Amino acid sequence: MPEGIFCNKKPINTEAELKALLSDTRGTKYYEEMLSLEVDREKLWATIQKTCKSRTQTWLDVCARCGLCADSCFLYLVNDCKPEQVPSYKIQSTLGEMVRRKGDVDNAFMRHAMEVAWSQCTCCNRCAMYCPHGIDMGVMMGYTRGLLYSQGFVPWELKIGAGMHRVYRAQMDVTTEDWVETCEWMAEEQQDDWPGLEIPVDKEDADIMYTCNAREPKHYPEDLAEAAILFHIAGENWTVPSEGWEQTSLSMFAGDWEACKLQVENVYAAIDRLKPKRVIGTECGHAHRATVIEGPYWAGRPDGQPPAPYIHYVQWVAEALRTGKLKIDPAKRIKQTVTYQDSCNYIRNWGLAETAREILTYLVEPGYLVEMTPNKEHNYCCGGGGGFNGIGKFRPQRNKALLTKRDQILATGAKLVIAPCHNCWDAIRDLEEEYHIHIDWSFLKPLLLKMVIIPDHLKPQDEEGDEE
Amino acid sequence: MYAFLTGPMLWLSFAICILGCAWRVYKYVKGLNWQLDRVAYGKYPDLAFKGAMKSIFHWLIPFASCSWRAKPVFAAAFFLLHIGLVIVPLFLYAHIMIVAERFGVSWPAMPDGLADILTILSILAGVFILLRRFALSEVRIITTRQDIMIMAISLAPLVTGFVAAHQSGDGNGWLLAHIITGEIWLIAVPFTKLSHAVLFFCSRAQIGIDFGVKRGGQRGSGIVW
Repeated sequence: MPEGIFCNKKPINTEAELKALLSDTRGTKYYEEMLSLEVDREKLWATIQKTCKSRTQTWLDVCARCGLCADSCFLYLVNDCKPEQVPSYKIQSTLGEMVRRKGDVDNAFMRHAMEVAWSQCTCCNRCAMYCPHGIDMGVMMGYTRGLLYSQGFVPWELKIGAGMHRVYRAQMDVTTEDWVETCEWMAEEQQDDWPGLEIPVDKEDADIMYTCNAREPKHYPEDLAEAAILFHIAGENWTVPSEGWEQTSLSMFAGDWEACKLQVENVYAAIDRLKPKRVIGTECGHAHRATVIEGPYWAGRPDGQPPAPYIHYVQWVAEALRTGKLKIDPAKRIKQTVTYQDSCNYIRNWGLAETAREILTYLVEPGYLVEMTPNKEHNYCCGGGGGFNGIGKFRPQRNKALLTKRDQILATGAKLVIAPCHNCWDAIRDLEEEYHIHIDWSFLKPLLLKMVIIPDHLKPQDEEGDEE
Repeated sequence: MYAFLTGPMLWLSFAICILGCAWRVYKYVKGLNWQLDRVAYGKYPDLAFKGAMKSIFHWLIPFASCSWRAKPVFAAAFFLLHIGLVIVPLFLYAHIMIVAERFGVSWPAMPDGLADILTILSILAGVFILLRRFALSEVRIITTRQDIMIMAISLAPLVTGFVAAHQSGDGNGWLLAHIITGEIWLIAVPFTKLSHAVLFFCSRAQIGIDFGVKRGGQRGSGIVW
């Protein structure tokens, strides 16, 4: 059987296909079919010839096999320094072999490569900082994922995730109606506490267009409410688009480049339509990576920039605190040991280490911040990045990977971890559930709401006009 | 034999090395693709230049990168090996004399004693790096035959050159061996991993530009190598 019903080389393009694949609980049938999925060797080699250009080829050829990348990789360290976890080995034994064999690889090879690409690398790019030649194995693993996806060798959840983007332009089945209703519902819910609060949909020429992660409207709508309240307090002129509000890209994790392009173009179309002065994304790392850092290239924008300045939530928070749009009540600052989780996607890969620290100077009482080691650009992945969190098949490997972050957090003695990234937040929640180290973890929004000074004119008034 | 090896063959070796390296650089740069690599190479020349230079500098200077500092023994061996292979031959009195005799140009030479010490250290560093390959499981698993071969090709001119310079008697067997192994080394550069002689700069510049224009160089202090 060269192609399965569920496991095949065809991307999911319709709701019916999506539902069918979802009905195959945990991908049981999907992975069974994968055992006999045929490799289209000619197509694989043709794709490699077309896309594996001098940068990648040189990275593969010039690798001095010095092993300096080994200790840079948290998965190597946490897996008892197993030699098979050395980044150079991981990429040479997968992509390197594919290229050397001119695509002449079999089913077992591809299944093994899939395991390496999605359970032995979170594409955190830390190795790139430690290789004398500047070889970025995370970038290459991302490329390898694309080759594997095009041949149908992709974890079940990510095939679904990429399909979601293709069908709904969101990582979950949130339609335009669902989204707009959630915005209205959240605005209404807040009226007692925040009279006049709005979540303006499709307002043109606003100062800010806000984009988020589909999980927020789907599972944590209060996150959207919190964003709205903070914009309200800061007096921002903002809006959300009815279409193009989803900033994430599970298709990036899946290696479905076509879906990546479709997804990001949807957001860029909203920017072109509403013409905001700038766009602010939610507290998510990979969403920022997908829409702001890599997205312009998928969409074919030669300047490498989105259609309008597009900043991460931490940049807006830092700016709002700096300019006094948000004022923190000093009495309410955090007075317990706290640490900060640097998200690989916008710290190492977008340079916001100091911006995040600036926020902490406002939120944390001096002396209570204890940094992890290593931190900032040199941080370790949370343990669940690059799609690792969401893949059931690799859950045991993921749980092992969480030990790095667990031990880093334990070493700080912190009781609270500030994690302005959905992936990091999930990983830290899971490590608490798995290993019970008695910590709390939080996005910035709920912390800010606990500490921010509410301007008098925004406080609810009773009938006599007095503040309640 | 001696005349051939120091005449046409030497010319040919240098020509292959230089033209071959130039070809490798040309192919590298030509194969860069802003959209596939997802780096706007030409759009931000200032950031690109700064990123590339920073990236090369931190790795060219001993212990200037976090990675070098994390592995001080290996870093020391690495730099000693490269000093012996690149710096010593360029400033060796005997080499400069040959150039001066043939072309009438010369430049200051390093003292022979220093050259001897650096050559010995370089050979020892090479042997250390080779032994490290087998001693450490994380290096052993990625070692290929080519890695051992290029170390042999690189150490051969150092060993033969050192012996040739210090042998007593007038037999010029070691000198011939030095010339032959030196020429093999020159010819091997563009065709093997030794092409990193030029591709190191290309690859480091590329990642420097990537981090410099796209991954953070526009904000804060940029990447900390």
